[in-house]
Amino acid sequence: MSSVATEYVGRSKAQKRISSVLFYVCLLAVLFAVSIPLIWMFLASFQTQAQIMSKEITLRFTPTFANYETVFERYDFVKPIINSFIVASLSTGFALLLGLPAAYAISRYRQQLLGMIILVVRFIPGITFLVPWYLLFSSMRLIDTYLALALSHMLINLPFIIWVMIPYYDSVPRELEEAARVDGSSVIGLFLRIMVPLSMPGIVTASLLSLIFSWNNLIFSIVLAGVKTQTLPLAILRFVSYANIDWGALMAAAVVITIPILIISLVTQRFIIQGLTAGAVKG
Amino acid sequence: MGTELKFSGWIDKHARYILSLPAVIFVLLMIVFPLAYTAWLSLHKWNFSGVTAPRWVGFRNFAELLSDHRFWNATWNTVMFSFGVVTAQLILGTALAVLLNRRFRFKNGVKTLFMLPMVSTPVAIALVWLLIFEPTIGLANQLLNALGLPDQRWLSSGKTAMFSLMIVDIWQWTPMVTLIVLAGLTTLPSEPLESALVDGATRWQVFWTITIPLLVPTLIVAFLLRMIDALKTFDLIYTTTQGGPAMATETLNIYGYLLGFQYFNFGMASALILLFLALVTIISLTFVWIRNKAGVDH
Repeated sequence: MSSVATEYVGRSKAQKRISSVLFYVCLLAVLFAVSIPLIWMFLASFQTQAQIMSKEITLRFTPTFANYETVFERYDFVKPIINSFIVASLSTGFALLLGLPAAYAISRYRQQLLGMIILVVRFIPGITFLVPWYLLFSSMRLIDTYLALALSHMLINLPFIIWVMIPYYDSVPRELEEAARVDGSSVIGLFLRIMVPLSMPGIVTASLLSLIFSWNNLIFSIVLAGVKTQTLPLAILRFVSYANIDWGALMAAAVVITIPILIISLVTQRFIIQGLTAGAVKG
Repeated sequence: MGTELKFSGWIDKHARYILSLPAVIFVLLMIVFPLAYTAWLSLHKWNFSGVTAPRWVGFRNFAELLSDHRFWNATWNTVMFSFGVVTAQLILGTALAVLLNRRFRFKNGVKTLFMLPMVSTPVAIALVWLLIFEPTIGLANQLLNALGLPDQRWLSSGKTAMFSLMIVDIWQWTPMVTLIVLAGLTTLPSEPLESALVDGATRWQVFWTITIPLLVPTLIVAFLLRMIDALKTFDLIYTTTQGGPAMATETLNIYGYLLGFQYFNFGMASALILLFLALVTIISLTFVWIRNKAGVDH
């Protein structure tokens, strides 16, 4: 037994306390760095333009809701919120409809070629499809429709859902499927009545993140949305040029778009962390 | 009755194809066909006016791009941004994971907080940082002043704009590396670590000679995932600088967008997209190859 090891095991109480204090100091610094931009966004959204423009950091102030009134009354953010919600739901619904059976087929029948293709799709930058999609959708008069937006967001959602779901179907014991088959269930019936309910946690993870990706998406909406279907990220972007930098209102708009996601993420954090670390995120 | 049975029997026999058919059709219509269309467009000169038809020009769009200073500037910016942020995120993210890899109160709360930047809407994040980097009223300069350092112009100077954008991306995505590495750390076997400590190694030695080599596969996966996303960065740059000042932050994503939808030069935009895809493919394949090599070593 070396003395270093005993020394390591038997560090004095004082040393332990110092290291523990150091740890919490580091932790606080990290937490500060991670959260300050989000805190700043919330604070500024309740401040007047004068408070934001002052050179002093104002932490004590009476909150004003004027910025939120501006966002909803003058710039009518209700329509974009509804649009974003419709597009996110449609694209997630379509992606589940196509992705769940495909993921099951890839897992059950070892369709590795399809699996590879889906993986490659996740590598392709979204910018690749802007020009051809714009031309194809405009030739079909589908620009500024929910359908075009939902289909475009599926570029991200469909591969993501398939890749989250494959491990779930891989983990279902084959005996279970065989027993169901002996009982006379068809493959489709087996998939709907047994596999889908069994993989519910995966479906929840995949759907939540798919909704979030779609809600956040700018790049496809910028080209395919129009006056009727303008989504939230687009509305806020327009707002920047309109507002001549009304910082308070801009931050209120940023809060409006982020808050639903933050709430959903906090409530379902276990699923979100699992899904996020499973794969790439951007379009 | 008989035909119905026959039909459901047919479905059952071909279930493997029927289940994946809708997804395959989607991939063909929304991905394969548009890619082929892009390849066709890249060989044509076409300004979208509806009056003139696309005109065959062979590889002239590619030749023009390859001799275009702006294209090489955008390529350099893309590579610098992506490698810069991913390297920083790996180093910082791993350090944070090692720091957090112990039992303490609120550990789950900390993890939850780490998740928030990742899920937040990029456009909103970009706007907040626009305010933080504002030269006269922004928090960034107030912090610098508090430390006794001079003001910076951040996003409004060509010298610092790219660096400022990198700070935002590093802020937003370092937590992802931390979460991946934390998950990797919990799966490491504890015997090599303990026996090394017993044999008299210092914690620092153990970290470099045992923990890091064991983590290499996790780190390569994190690198690949982050790299693919970093190469795609569009929202942040488009919302804040739109490639400016004076093309200092113009990446291939931004230049390609401008070529297509500001100059409506669809031929050139398509050629740029194909060259960008080639770059993404080369970088991705290199890392897949490195991962396979590393996999053999362990």
